[in-house]
Amino acid sequence: MLLAIDTSAGTSVAIVDPSTRAIVIERSTPDTMRHAEVIGTLLAEALSFAGIRPSALDGVVVGMGPGPFTGLRVGIAAARTFALGAGLPLHPMVSADAVARQEALTGASDTVMVVTDARRKEVFWSLYDLSAAEPVRLDGPGLAKPDALPHSDARRVDAAEIPAAQLALAAAGLLAAGLPLASDEALYLRSPDVTMPSGIKRVTQ
Amino acid sequence: MNTDNPLVLGIETSCDETGVGIVRGATLLSNTIASSMDEHARYGGVVPEVAARAHLEAMTPAITSALADAGVTLDEIDAIAVTSGPGLAGALMVGVGAAKALALAIEKPIYAVNHLVGHVGADVLRAPQQESDESSEVDGGRIQYPTIALLVSGGHTSLLLVRDLVSDVELLGETIDDAAGEAFDKVARLLGLPYPGGPEIDRAAVGGNPKAIRFPRGLSLPKDHDAHRYDFSFSGLKTAVARWVEKKQDAGEEVPLADVAASFREAVVDVLITKALAACAEYGVPRLLLGGGVVANARVREVAAVRAEAAGVALRIPPLSLCTDNGAMIAALGAQLIMAGHGPSGLGFGADSTLPVTDIQVG
Ligand SMILES: [Zn+2]
Repeated sequence: MLLAIDTSAGTSVAIVDPSTRAIVIERSTPDTMRHAEVIGTLLAEALSFAGIRPSALDGVVVGMGPGPFTGLRVGIAAARTFALGAGLPLHPMVSADAVARQEALTGASDTVMVVTDARRKEVFWSLYDLSAAEPVRLDGPGLAKPDALPHSDARRVDAAEIPAAQLALAAAGLLAAGLPLASDEALYLRSPDVTMPSGIKRVTQ
Repeated sequence: MNTDNPLVLGIETSCDETGVGIVRGATLLSNTIASSMDEHARYGGVVPEVAARAHLEAMTPAITSALADAGVTLDEIDAIAVTSGPGLAGALMVGVGAAKALALAIEKPIYAVNHLVGHVGADVLRAPQQESDESSEVDGGRIQYPTIALLVSGGHTSLLLVRDLVSDVELLGETIDDAAGEAFDKVARLLGLPYPGGPEIDRAAVGGNPKAIRFPRGLSLPKDHDAHRYDFSFSGLKTAVARWVEKKQDAGEEVPLADVAASFREAVVDVLITKALAACAEYGVPRLLLGGGVVANARVREVAAVRAEAAGVALRIPPLSLCTDNGAMIAALGAQLIMAGHGPSGLGFGADSTLPVTDIQVG
């Protein structure tokens, strides 16, 4: 069984069985303001529903983003310490892979551009080919102004939520095929928002 | 759970230090601190997003290192403690998320605690060899209550009346603008000194005359007595230093750096210690505890020692590694809560950047 955690949009937690591709439980909220509050309860509910102890899991899948909210770090921190605490391997993923897989489940087999909100009038994008058994990411993730998106020929799929179960199943697919997952680094795609201190201002006029 | 002498792992991420500490009851086993201070130096102050990113990267290595230093494994841990607030929201969230998942993974309870009360809790900790040593009176013995606590750092400046560590803490006053540590940083910058300002001002003040310039003591006038008796304000002091320096420069005179640094520092220290001892007197509490990173400033400790003694107040200063933000103090407070019979927090607590000091445990 794989546990999956994603807080790149709302908060989503799931447990899946990679051998049968069955979703045992998925618990999610679209709330983008309460990641730290809900993460513990959603994890506890998922584990309890699945009736599985942490150490009996086989791995922890985590969405590394991209995500615009400070909450992105909550899921990554939680996944890392859960894996450490339960003695499990960590499987980092690009969060948008979950959306591509969900789109493929509808029967789509074309090339799609997964687009999520990056705030500040920008969007995150990732390009996927859905023609194979599992989606293949062709390009991205990237950050762009909405009117400057690349691959304008691809069909656009906008997503507001990242389903953790699909993230786990996408990871299972990559693992089974021996393909690389994402790197274990948060995908901020933006430099920290800092203004360098300007010169020292006079206080006397 | 072992409630007599619980083994607690504490996680602290309220500002720029990722702290993970492990205690057994009141015994300190390890105290791992990863600081992102160097990354903030070029910005002249803590940048919340930079701090939060650094917490995420430092968290699991800090846990692993704290366990190794303590010589314990995760399955021996009885409970997890974590700072819920106050502090920087994005930074706190990393610790809260990490702590909840760790507690669930090892199937142990979690205690969400108050950062400021944690600073007070640091004082209960003893090194392992002191544990059964009756002569530990040499370091002043165990903390007694009630006590006044002055907690001063780059993130907070608070004066507390602690009647009981786990059940009765009152806020007497706090800064209404900059924290004292921030004032050091800002004045260092206007004197052309690097970040962090505390040690730089200390260095510059060597040989300076602390009475050379009479800088203002914020909120210390009779008119402030009613509304802000125990509150602090350092933004006027910073402006006064800037104005004084500009006047010198405009007159084409050299700025006497050592005198300015010493006089500024004296103004900060004077107002901190004066208000703390006034609280001791008014509340009839002859005990003062110092905590927070600004306690690293030698002049703060000197003035506190001299004036506390003159006032007949017993002064307690935990080791510096327990004064700056750290995970051991959070673990210590968690252990005290457990030993006092308090139940764990639920899983629904969040990161509360303005958590009041009366909320010793959250959830
Ligand atoms: Zn502090």
